[in-house]
This record gives sequence, structure tokens and C-alpha cells, in this order.
Amino acid sequence: MPSNVAVLPVNGRRAVLGERMRHRRGVVGLITIAAVIGLWFVLTTLTGTISPGRFPSPSDFWTSASQIWTRGYAGGTLLGHALHSLRLVALGFTVAVVTGVPLGLLMGWSRRAEALINPVFLLIRPIPPLAWIPLAILWLGLGDAAKIMVIWFAAFVPSVINTFAGVRSIKRPVLEAANMLGTPGWRFVREVLVPAASPMIFTGLRLSLQASWTTLVAAELVGALLGIGFVLNMAQQDIYPGMILVGMVAVAVLGWATTWVLGQAERRALAWNVAGRD
Amino acid sequence: MDRRLALSEIVLLGALGFSAFIGIWTLLSVTGIVPRQFLPTPLDLVTRFIELLSQPFAGSTLPQHLASSLQRYAYGFLLAAVIGVPLGLMMGWFRLLDVVVTPLFDGLRFIAPIAWVPFAALWFGTGIGGPVMIIFAGAFPPCLINAYRGARFVEPRLLEAGQMLGTNNVRMIMEVLLPASIPSIVAGLRVAAGLGWQSLVGAELIVAAAGVGFMMVQAQANVATATVMAGMAAIGAVGLVIDVLLRQGEAIIRRRRGLNA
Repeated sequence: MPSNVAVLPVNGRRAVLGERMRHRRGVVGLITIAAVIGLWFVLTTLTGTISPGRFPSPSDFWTSASQIWTRGYAGGTLLGHALHSLRLVALGFTVAVVTGVPLGLLMGWSRRAEALINPVFLLIRPIPPLAWIPLAILWLGLGDAAKIMVIWFAAFVPSVINTFAGVRSIKRPVLEAANMLGTPGWRFVREVLVPAASPMIFTGLRLSLQASWTTLVAAELVGALLGIGFVLNMAQQDIYPGMILVGMVAVAVLGWATTWVLGQAERRALAWNVAGRD
Repeated sequence: MDRRLALSEIVLLGALGFSAFIGIWTLLSVTGIVPRQFLPTPLDLVTRFIELLSQPFAGSTLPQHLASSLQRYAYGFLLAAVIGVPLGLMMGWFRLLDVVVTPLFDGLRFIAPIAWVPFAALWFGTGIGGPVMIIFAGAFPPCLINAYRGARFVEPRLLEAGQMLGTNNVRMIMEVLLPASIPSIVAGLRVAAGLGWQSLVGAELIVAAAGVGFMMVQAQANVATATVMAGMAAIGAVGLVIDVLLRQGEAIIRRRRGLNA
């Protein structure tokens, strides 16, 4: 198939989408974004339809961004806040994955383990991650430990569920072949169970990562001493729209960047699974 | 993988796991390894929950807090559905709208709904408007995405037949795209309901003067752990009920359409 032709799976209206079409889409997208930025400038700066107390103008945004970048705001520079949040997400996410994936493997592999753990899991699962925040603050205070705890709880559930589903979706013959060849326990887990379940495991990790960011931002908004959510919190209290926008953009960029990194890891780990990709 | 277990075995193991959980929890609390003020026993929690049904905390009883939460939730969720679904369908039909909205939407989607809290408070206040906007921010994307996907994956034959018969745009959307996309839309609404409920909790923790989330924050400030946990239980239970109801609705619709559930 020529490389400049993308095949869309189901949509018959244009099963084959030429390079030209995609190109046009990109151009219109850029024009749209430029138009929105233009409109933003016109409405806030030229006509004053949107008052600066409600939404910042582009120059307000720029001022706030350079203020937090160079002089800092809410006890740190943008980089300091971002790295702090990033570190907490990385820690909480790692703890959740390291505990959640093995538990999912165990529950998927052993029906006894599933029967044993499931009732407790079902009891805890409906509680939204954000609802753990007050309890975490009660137990661990406003510091990093409480944040890691809520991220852990938030990211744990999707890791477990998807790993579990991944193991259960492995085709019987694969397992039987491994059994027949007498693959020993540890090698079986590493070379059969984990690879076969990995597409689902990665789905779980992506959901976990998303949950981690949402929860961290919420937890930092409720109470923190440093971090992007804390910037948002202070900007809200100071009624400082420019800084609110800077904080939101920072949250979006961080979320996007970590998702991208995970996506790259997935592409590498699952290079064999071309058919499974969208 | 193990053989399937008999029902009696599942029940037995489940009961074992459950009692171990409750047992360890009780033991930690009763022996004082974790002070009871910070980890009330399961029995304390149940007692407190029942108390809260009639005794006000932070201004109202638990059912009253729940009622005000649910009211905001209903507004935010309905708003998301009423705007998101039609917009998604229209994006599936009008190419220009798709090309214009999609890049904006993709950019906005990376902002966690909860990060809208400061602007929501600034624009709509902390009463009803602010939390409603946060719920909207959480519930809107799945409404839009699923309606859009549903509309894009409608069988081309249906579209061609409609076009051949000279169906106008409005009827095309209302009478071809909408009915054909219903399963996808309903699935989106279910996801939206869950995300909206979670966003509501977050919004109430940060900006609200009533609601279960507000009750929990007040309880946290007063080191009333049992009340915090009762709030968590209430939030979990209501979320579960919403999910079960929507799952039922989804299953009914799928069955009527002859899709396997």
C-alpha cells in the first residue's frame, strides 16, 4: 500500500483518505486555532467585551507566565511547581502500577484469589478517587505523603481491572501450550502471562495515568504547599485570571507530555501487536 | 488457569476475604495501633452513617447534602448531554464543523476537568453555577465523542439512501444519524455520568457551601473521621446506583436493537 494513503477502518464514506485531505484538515485546524487566538485578542484587548477580571488578555497571560517563570509565584517558579507535581505523579503512579498489575495478574490467573479479593475490591471500587482526598489529608496532612496516597488509590483500580481483564482474555490454547511445555512458574508469568495481557495492561496504565493527574490537581487544589494545583489554588484566591490560565495550560501540557511518554513506551513494548493498534 | 470454582466455594472464599478485611480494620482500630479518632471501627462508621441520616452536620443531614449534590449533578449532566450529543452528531455530518471544532476540542481535552475550578468559581460563583460547570467539564467530552463516533460509523448505505431521497440536513441528523447512533450515545452517557459524578465530588471539596463533598471537607477540618468515611460511603453508593441504572438502560436499548449486550 502506498505510504501516503491512510485507511480508516470502518467509515465507508471515505475508506481511503488521501494525503491531500489530511493536509487540508491540518491547515483548517491551524486556521481555527489562529482565529480563536485572534478572537481572544480582539475581545479582551480591542473591544473589551470580556473584562480582564473574568478572563485574561493575551498580554495578561504573557505577563503572568513570565512572572512565574522568572520570579516565581506561590512559593516557587513554574519549573519548580511542575517538577514537584511531576515527581508526585511519577511516585504515586509507580506505586499503583507496582501493586495493581501483580494483583490483577494474580486475580486473573487464580480464580481462588479472585473469589477471595473480589468482594473487598467491589466495596472500594465505586468510591471515586477524589473522595479519598479528605481522608488522606486527615491521615497524612497536607504534605507529599497524602498526595501519593490519593494518587495510588486513584491509579490502582484501573491497573487492577485492566490487567485482570487482559489475563482473562488470553486464548486457552496459548496457556495450554505453555503448560504442556512445562514452562516453570516465573518464566510463565514473564514470558506468557505478561506479554499476552500487555495490550490491556497498557490500556489500564493510560487510564491510571489520567486518573493520577486529575487526582493530584484536585488534591493540590484542596491543600498543598507546592505544585501546579497549588498555583491554581493561590491564583483563585488572589483572583488572578492570568495566573489561573497559566496553571491550566501547565496542567494540560504536563498531562499531554506524560501521556505521550507512556504512548512511546507502549509502541516499543507492543511493536509486535500492530493489528491491535488504532 | 484454575478450573472454575463451585458457587459454594466462591461464596466461602468471598466471605473469608471480606471478614479478613473487616477483621483487620477492626483490630487496627480497637487495639489503638491506629488511634480510633483517625480510624473508627466499621461499627462506628455504620452508627455514624445512621446518625447522619437524621442529625445535621455542616448545616444539613446527609440526605439533604446528597439532595443538593444530586441537583447540581443533574444540571451539569443534562447540560453536557444537551450540548454534547447534538454537537457531536452535527460534527459527524458537517465536515467543516468537524474540522473546525476537533482541534479546539483536542486541545481542551487535556485540561483535567478539575483544573477548571478556579475559573468556574470566578465566573459562576461557589453556589450552584461553579460546581455545575465542573460537572459539565467532566461529562461533556464523552457525550460529544460518542455521538460523533456514532454518527461517523453509520452504515454508508443508510446515508446514501437518505441522500438519494433528497433528505435535508436536519432530517438526516434527526432521522438517520441520531437513531443509528443511539447505542454509542448511550454508552457515552454512561461514561459521562461516571466522570460527572467524580467531578462533582472534586468540585464540592474545593468550592461549595453544601453537598456531600462539602460535608466531608468540614468533617476533615473537625477530625471527624467517621463522618468523612460516611460521606465516602454515600458517594460510592450513589455512584453505583447511577451506574447500575444506566447499564440497565444501555442493555435494554441494545437488546431492542438486536445487538448482543
